[in-house]
Amino acid sequence: MKTTALLLGGVATALIGTALIFTPGWNLHRVHTVQTGFRGLSVGEMSTVKTDALRKAANALPDAIDPAEAGGKKATEVYKNVQVLTDLSAAQLDRVMLGFAAWVGGENGCNTCHNPDNLADDTPYQKRVARTMIKMTRHINKDWQPHVLQTGVTCYTCHRGQPVPNGVWFNEAPMTKGAATNNRGMGHPAAAANGYTAMQTVPFSGILDGKDPVRFQQTKALVEGPGPSIQTTEKSYSLMMAISYGLGVNCTYCHSSRAFYSWSEGNPLRVNAWQGINLVRDLNANFMAPLQAEWPKERLGPTGDGPKLYCMTCHQGAPKPLLGAQLAKDWTELGGVAAK
Amino acid sequence: MAFYENVFTQVQVQPKSPETGEGVGDANLARERFGKPILSYWAGFIGNAQIGPIYLGGLGIASVLCGFIAIEIIGLNMLASVHWSPIEFMRQLPWLALEPPLPKHGIKAFPPLAEGGWWLMAGFFLTMSMLLWTARVYRRAVQLGLSTHMAWAFLSAIWLFLCMGFFQPLMLGRFSEGVPFGIFPHLDWTAAFSLRYGNLYYNPFHMLSIAFLYGAALLFAMHGATILSVGRYGGEREVEQIVYRGTAAERAALFWRWTMGYNASMESIHRWGWWCAVLCPLTGGIGILLSGTVVDNWYLWAVQHNIAPSYPHVFPATVDPAATGVPQ
Repeated sequence: MKTTALLLGGVATALIGTALIFTPGWNLHRVHTVQTGFRGLSVGEMSTVKTDALRKAANALPDAIDPAEAGGKKATEVYKNVQVLTDLSAAQLDRVMLGFAAWVGGENGCNTCHNPDNLADDTPYQKRVARTMIKMTRHINKDWQPHVLQTGVTCYTCHRGQPVPNGVWFNEAPMTKGAATNNRGMGHPAAAANGYTAMQTVPFSGILDGKDPVRFQQTKALVEGPGPSIQTTEKSYSLMMAISYGLGVNCTYCHSSRAFYSWSEGNPLRVNAWQGINLVRDLNANFMAPLQAEWPKERLGPTGDGPKLYCMTCHQGAPKPLLGAQLAKDWTELGGVAAK
Repeated sequence: MAFYENVFTQVQVQPKSPETGEGVGDANLARERFGKPILSYWAGFIGNAQIGPIYLGGLGIASVLCGFIAIEIIGLNMLASVHWSPIEFMRQLPWLALEPPLPKHGIKAFPPLAEGGWWLMAGFFLTMSMLLWTARVYRRAVQLGLSTHMAWAFLSAIWLFLCMGFFQPLMLGRFSEGVPFGIFPHLDWTAAFSLRYGNLYYNPFHMLSIAFLYGAALLFAMHGATILSVGRYGGEREVEQIVYRGTAAERAALFWRWTMGYNASMESIHRWGWWCAVLCPLTGGIGILLSGTVVDNWYLWAVQHNIAPSYPHVFPATVDPAATGVPQ
């Protein structure tokens, strides 16, 4: 008995020792911290060589396209069935179409939206959706400068070359049937959407496609009436995890972690994030929801709803989409604010 | 001859025949214990080498049964939430949950099963299991002629469990506030509870609870170290040394008087340890009960009472954009 114990102990020690010495990648990358708040309060941004490299690779920029003349023949004079880009010249329309093919065309390029035999054909649903998307892009660049500033957006901000951008969300089907607990969408890992917690896997429903409040902390010390439930709290908490992953930042990028509700203790960037939530609500309600009838079956979620947006859709894991690259200034056709 | 090693003991008592202990002459008591006792070298490694016989009795059986039902309700619901896939069950186990009722069901005793009914049932059976086990611990102690410290200590833990899962939700009129069952889910609940009530670190009862938690751990480390270190003078005969103080007790006391100017006694250290351990959940439970019933934001409460320190503002002043009507 005793010999067996000693033998087993010896073998275990030898194995663990070997693993410790010879396993590659055992060392974590050194975490680089940039302090942004008062010392000692853990207000800072963290990164490693690896996260920096990944972020840089994920935010490669598309090739620039030469500007086009605003004068000359109007697009509507040259092409049939131009409904949205009616203010552009034919040259500008050509340029925009080149951009679209590169930004959202994927493998099929122009044919993702167009019938190659008849470019005016409205049959492909992608083309009908694209009209709304163009209006949406112009709307963001014109009316949402509180969030996108003069940096603005183009199709590429979200699509990154693909017809369907990463980071769209759908309402989820209940995991259980009958009498088994439904857990209200909690109790499963959902990667970026709930930050690998066990909270709501789709914390967006009702908040980003509706008007459900995000706030749950009370601004009075003592109880003055029934407040939000813990379950509401968990949903907002999960939403904040989704924002955190979507932007590639931690909580203290915006918040003071000892008083999350407090605007005066937090970073002013939080105002920008607040505008972002309002922006997403606007886009989901006024651009994505009206497209419901256009989506074919394979674009719908498990409960039959169309794709919707959240922070990840544009930010793709970076605090500023495309690391702040100002693409829109070269695209006044899409409502971008031209550089002065 | 075995040696008593102070760092790592190799001494192991292996009697020729297993001990039957108290009540061996009493046919009634002997009858209630079952299982042929065995001696295990491996068990002797960390404790007594003898395993069994065991006494379960009516309370024990009822407690185990209730516990089994509770675990079964929780486990089967978790399995249902992964479409009855054993592989997914293993993969997602840390995330799987049995969540409390929706807020709209208030304190209804029988909400729909899928919307919290199972949670209430699991909670009931788990609570019954623990209370029955407390009663069993109490009765076994009395039977052996012990005092009932263990039962009371266990009740203190149950108090905290019920404060979080039953009393506070009951006072708020919503069982939805209770703790979900599950590994990550109950941890997420803990974090959410702190967030909902404005940072629990500023809750003075949470502070007390942490002090007693760390206190109990520290005291036990100090006590264990002290007794082991005077083991070579017979210090492990602690109870005898309370009254008949030997060189072990003298040296242990002297050590602490030298290092920190004061020492507990061979008797009082056990009361220190017991009270620290018992007060940890006791004070914690009070902190839970006050959250949402009296205090809604502990951070603001701490600011009002000059507990929360203020730090220089390094950011430009920011106000709530929702309050100022900033154009969207």
